[in-house]
Amino acid sequence: MGIQTNNSIVKWIEYRLPVFSTLNHSLIDYPTPRNLNYWYNFGSLAGVCLVVQIITGIVLAMHYTPHASMAFDSTEHIMRDVNYGWLLRYIHANGASMFFLVVYIHIFRGLYYGSYKMPRELLWWLGIVILLLMMATAFMGYVLPWGQMSFWGATVITNLFSAIPLVGTPIVEWLWGGFAVGNATLSRFYSLHYLLPFVIVGLVMLHLLALHQHKSNNPLGIDIKGPQDTIPFHPYYTAKDLFGLGVFAIVFAGFVFFAPNYLGHPDNYIEANPLVTPAHIVPEWYLLPFYAILRSIPDKFLGVVAMFASIFVLFLLPWLDTSRVRSATFRPIYKQVFWLLLICCVALGWVGANPPEGIYLVVGRIATTFYFLFFLVLMPLIGWFERPRPLPESIGASVAKTGGGAPADAHAKPEGRV
Amino acid sequence: MAQGKHGQPQGASRRDFLYIAAGGLGAVGAGAFAWPFIHQMNPSKDVLALSSIEVDISKITEGQTITVSWRGKPVFIRHRTKAEIDAARAVQLGELPDPQPDDARVRAKDRPQWLILVGVCTHLGCVPLNNQGEYGGWFCPCHGSHYDTSGRIRKGPAPANLEVPSYEFLGDNAVRIG
Ligand code: HEM
Ligand code: FES
Repeated sequence: MGIQTNNSIVKWIEYRLPVFSTLNHSLIDYPTPRNLNYWYNFGSLAGVCLVVQIITGIVLAMHYTPHASMAFDSTEHIMRDVNYGWLLRYIHANGASMFFLVVYIHIFRGLYYGSYKMPRELLWWLGIVILLLMMATAFMGYVLPWGQMSFWGATVITNLFSAIPLVGTPIVEWLWGGFAVGNATLSRFYSLHYLLPFVIVGLVMLHLLALHQHKSNNPLGIDIKGPQDTIPFHPYYTAKDLFGLGVFAIVFAGFVFFAPNYLGHPDNYIEANPLVTPAHIVPEWYLLPFYAILRSIPDKFLGVVAMFASIFVLFLLPWLDTSRVRSATFRPIYKQVFWLLLICCVALGWVGANPPEGIYLVVGRIATTFYFLFFLVLMPLIGWFERPRPLPESIGASVAKTGGGAPADAHAKPEGRV
Repeated sequence: MAQGKHGQPQGASRRDFLYIAAGGLGAVGAGAFAWPFIHQMNPSKDVLALSSIEVDISKITEGQTITVSWRGKPVFIRHRTKAEIDAARAVQLGELPDPQPDDARVRAKDRPQWLILVGVCTHLGCVPLNNQGEYGGWFCPCHGSHYDTSGRIRKGPAPANLEVPSYEFLGDNAVRIG
C-alpha cells in the first residue's frame, strides 16, 4: 500500500506514521464498484452533515447559556446580537433536518439493494446505532433553546420511560434530576448533546472500517470479482460526491435562507412555561413516524414497546430477509412491497403530524400494522417463494453491455488527457 | 502537468485550466463560508451598544480619583490639585520615556484639573494603584511601573503612557466616555 513520492517530508512522516498511505488507500486508490448510482452519494453527504453540525454546534456553544433562566434569552441573543448568529443557528437547526433526510435516504437505499446482508451485517448494525444516537442528540438539542416545544417535547419523551412497570417513575425522576423537567434536565441534556456527536464520529469510523473490509455493495448486489469490476475512488467518485454535495448545498441553502423556520414550530419562539402546555405538541418531522406508531396503539406500555421495536426490528434484517439475492432490481415481488413500505413510512409521518383521531387514527393503525407485517412476515416469506430474475455474471460485464460507467482505461491515470 | 506524454500538445491544457478554475472557485467559496465562523467571535451587537457611558463628576472633590468601568475596563477620573498639575507641567519632556506635554493628556484645555485615563498598565495589563509610586501618580504592583500625575510612564518596564480614552464634557457635572 506504499505511496510514490519524492517529497522528503512526506516520506519522513510516512515512515513513522502511515497517514498518507492510509488516506491514499481509503480515498484515492480505493477500488470502488464501477456501477454506483446517485443513491450512493448519501453516505458522503451524511458525513458532511455530521461535520457541519459539529462545527456550527461548537460555535453556537460559545454564545449559548445552558441555564433554565437564560437559555431562551441566549438563543435570542444568538439570533439578534452575535455576528452571523442567525446564520449559524439556522444552519444548525436546518442541518439536523438535512442530516435526517440524508440518512433516511441512505437507509432506504440499503434496504433496496440488500446492503444489510452477509457480509455487511455489522456495517448495517453500526448504522442503526448511529441512527439511534442521532435521534437522542437531535431530541436533546431541540430542548436547548428552551421554548415551549423544547420543554413539552422533553416532558413527553422522557415520560415514555414511565411506561416501564415498577421502576418507571424512579427512572424518569433520575432522567430529570427532579420532579419535572427543569434546570437539572437542561444542563445534562446540554452536556450529552455536546458529547454524543463525537461518539457518532467514532462509530462512523468503525462504519467505514467495516465498509472498506468488503467494499461497497452496488445496484446489482453482486460481489466484486476482479479489477475489471472496479474503478479508483479518485477522481471518479470524489468528483461524483462533490457534484452531489453541490446539489445538496443548494437545497440546504434554500431552507436556510428562504424558509429557515419552515421545518420548525412557531411555539418554540415562546419561552418555556412549565404551567401551560401548547395546544398541539408535535416532535420534529424526522421523529413523526415513530410518534405515530406510539399513538396508534391504545395501551401506554405496548405503544412504547412498539415504537422502540420499530427501530430495533432493523437489527434483525440479516436474518429476516431469507432471499439469497441482494438487490431488489432482481426481486420482482420484494421490489413492490419495498415501495409500499416507503409509502407507509411517509403516511406514518403525515399521521404523526396530526391529532390522533378519525381518519388519522385509522391510517396510522393500518400503516403500523403494515410496517411490522413487512419486516416480520413478508420479508421472510417472499425470500422463500419469490423467483428472482437471473443475475448478470459480473459488474464489469453488465456495465460494458449498457455502455454506462467509466471508460475502459479507467484504472490508468487520466493526467495525460486533454 | 501536460508533458505531452502520449503525443498530446505541450503547454497549458484544458485540464490545467479546469483544475485552476475549479480550485480557485472552491477557495473563494471556502473563504466565504469560513467568514461567519470567524466573525462570530468579534464583539456582538449588545456589547458594541454598551461602548459609551456617562459619568456624574459633580461629587468628585479635588484630589480624589474614582474608577468607573468602561467596556469592561477600569477608567480613572482624577480631579487634580493645583500642585499636581504644576508638578506634571514642570517636567522636561526630555526626561520622559514617552514624551508628551501635560496639555496633550487632557482633552478639555479649559479644565486641566480633569485627568481621565484608561486604568490599564501598558506593560502587561494590570490595574495600577492610585496615589502611589515615586511620582505621586500611579504605581503598578505587577512589575513595578511608576506613572506621574499626568499618567505618564516614568520608571519601570511599561513602554508607554496610560491611554487617554475619547471623552467629552456634558456641562460642568458630567462626562461621556467613549
Ligand atoms: C449529530 C449532530 C447534531 C445534531 C443532529 C444536532 C441537533 C440540534 C438541534 C435539532 C438543535 C435545536 C435547534 C433549534 O431549534 O434551535 C440543536 C441546538 C443546539 N446544538 Fe446541536 N446538534 C448536533 C451537534 C452539536 C454539537 C457537536 C454541538 C457542540 C456543542 C451542538 C450544540 C448545540 C447548541 C449550543 C444548541 C442550542 C442553540 C440552538 O438552539 O440553536 N450541537 N442541535
Ligand atoms: S503589568 Fe504593570 S508593570 Fe507589568
